[in-house]
Amino acid sequence: MQLTGAEIVIRCLQEEKVEHVFGYPGGSVLFIYDELFKQDQIKHVLVRHEQGAVHAADAYSRSSNKIGVCMVTSGPGVTNAVTGIATAYMDSIPMVVITGQVPTAYIGQDAFQEADTVGITRPCVKHNFLVKSIDELALTIKKAFYLANSGRPGPVLVDIPKDITTQKSEFQYPKQVSMRSYSPVVKGHTGQIKKALQILLEAKRPIIYTGGGVILSDSAEKLTKLTHALGFPITQTLMGLGGFPATDKQFLGMLGMHGTYEANMAMQHADVVLAIGARFDDRVIGNPAHFGQVSRKIIHVDIDPSSISKRVKVDVPIVGNVPDVVDELLKQFAAVEAKTDSKALAAWWKDIESWRGRHCLKYKQGKDVIVPQFVVEKLYEVTGGDAFITSDVGQHQMFAAQFYKFDKPRRWINSGGLGTMGFGLPAAMGVRFANPKAQVACVTGEGSIQMCIQELSTCKQFRLPIKIINLNNGYLGMVRQWQEMFHGNRYAESYVDALPDFVKLAEAYGHVGMRIDKPADVEPALREAFTKHKNDLVFMDFIIDPKANVFPMVAAGKGLSEMILAEDL
Amino acid sequence: MRHIISILIENEAGALSRVSGLFSARGYNIESLTVAPTEDASLSRMTIVSVGSDDIIEQITKQLNKLIDVVKVVDLSEAAHIERDLMLVKVRATGKDREEMKRVADIFRGRIIDVTESSYVIELTGNTAKLDAFLDAIDRSLILETVRTGVCGIGRGDRILRV
Repeated sequence: MQLTGAEIVIRCLQEEKVEHVFGYPGGSVLFIYDELFKQDQIKHVLVRHEQGAVHAADAYSRSSNKIGVCMVTSGPGVTNAVTGIATAYMDSIPMVVITGQVPTAYIGQDAFQEADTVGITRPCVKHNFLVKSIDELALTIKKAFYLANSGRPGPVLVDIPKDITTQKSEFQYPKQVSMRSYSPVVKGHTGQIKKALQILLEAKRPIIYTGGGVILSDSAEKLTKLTHALGFPITQTLMGLGGFPATDKQFLGMLGMHGTYEANMAMQHADVVLAIGARFDDRVIGNPAHFGQVSRKIIHVDIDPSSISKRVKVDVPIVGNVPDVVDELLKQFAAVEAKTDSKALAAWWKDIESWRGRHCLKYKQGKDVIVPQFVVEKLYEVTGGDAFITSDVGQHQMFAAQFYKFDKPRRWINSGGLGTMGFGLPAAMGVRFANPKAQVACVTGEGSIQMCIQELSTCKQFRLPIKIINLNNGYLGMVRQWQEMFHGNRYAESYVDALPDFVKLAEAYGHVGMRIDKPADVEPALREAFTKHKNDLVFMDFIIDPKANVFPMVAAGKGLSEMILAEDL
Repeated sequence: MRHIISILIENEAGALSRVSGLFSARGYNIESLTVAPTEDASLSRMTIVSVGSDDIIEQITKQLNKLIDVVKVVDLSEAAHIERDLMLVKVRATGKDREEMKRVADIFRGRIIDVTESSYVIELTGNTAKLDAFLDAIDRSLILETVRTGVCGIGRGDRILRV
């Protein structure tokens, strides 16, 4: 059947069972939008800024196991989308980005709304394509979906010149695609896994350290089984939270720059580290030279060989898909007669309990001023620990990660790698589209929320009952914290003057606004938001202690065990 | 350590910039880079000379392998191999220098491929050291212009890089 390029795009998306496309129309995608209009299988979500479209598609993917899809026009549509694409790339989120391009004959002529999309996005996509012929269009889109969601996932961009969308070609959607240059490893090397198991069995002070790879590969259940079978302590990165139940006794909390005392101490002093789907980044192990002072054996499971031995030297590399490797580990563990060293483990747990005894996250909630930790704890209680929590970037993000105990994967949605302010609100939209009945809260700050606040309008259009938890301290809190600690209290440009009245702002967009400034009102207000206003978007402006800081903290360039604790100050 | 990395890559527009972009984005060093289609027109072969510690070269090969268009990557310098660089040198060739230049070119098995009353263009192939040695052997002030292709290389014997 002969179809136009625009029809082919829509047919391909339908074949991929795409239900939602987040986007914004413009000149070069008009024919594609025209075809979207003529069908009702795919629902289009009109955002108010292209960055919002990409974040929404990204979080749609993070909170489900589906591929997020977004569509923007050429030139500024693409450049606006770049922050979102880079955000998804840093966190390995499977996403397909369809972009319009000026007609083929205009490319290179500095045409209206022309940008070198493939060039601009090359460093922040898993792969990208410029479609040069109508006959390649369907295959290219097929490849995009295949690449996005196989191997180490990531965003893939397809740039389609306008003339291609009007030309006609025979349409046949390929059932399968194979590329001679691309064959991701799935099964881990059995011999390496055997070697790893031997090391685990002999370990005296082991720790399991997992990251976003566990979430992305839907291996939380398997990981939980393995962790219980081994009886080892487990810690997770910011991206890994929810990969193992946070309320389980074996969980030490998050590690890293704002990780718990027990997690960081255990990581530093472990004699065996089993790293799964994590990448030892600078926010996790601090200074690699300091980390390297302790001799330990590292087993590293990752689907991306380039993540292994990048920042720390690894003893047993296992390249493979996390669930397959964990399965094999479980299988081999069940088959061997040897058991873990229970005596050594008991002593190790005793050490860990003494570190736990420091209660590094304790805080005081007085009568007058709300502290941010208290708000997140109450949010956890009120939502029964079962909400999807998105966040922006800064202190509030760390408080959310520390105090909301995620027992399930894909519930904690944040920009871990790129650290993109403005992510939280559009992300909450994407989460809600992927999980239409779920409670969704966006924990944010007055700095971050203003970076994509226009999406309140999208939320109104689609009646998205998101609860915005705005931890308003009048400062760019994390910047202020660093200035306080490392820049002699010189608060260069970190005070946010002339804030809007968020209650009125929310109301102007047609939502419910609340301002909460007394500790006693925190819980009742949250309950009201999640019950009485269950079906409304509620913007909750919590006026909090402007001086609250995030602890523990490993200062940049310091070692993991060189933490600053709240009690030290 | 100096390494010669050979890459087979899909012969598509933008393939070169994916590779060069990777090197600049991650701060890897490129001493030379050559690229041309192979006997199979759908594939290009690239040779990159880079200098770095073993860890860095390991990361470079892993990162190259991660590029979707890259079919194969081999570090030629890991085993016996042959490398060649081609250089064209335009030199002043007048008076007594004219004879001398011819003689030195002969010693280095160079060929004179363009002649005017006052200049020669000499073609030389060899490894990098040989070409450098030639430039050292002639009077520097006589060099008008040089151009080099950069190194290309191939494994010796049974070492074969193909799809």
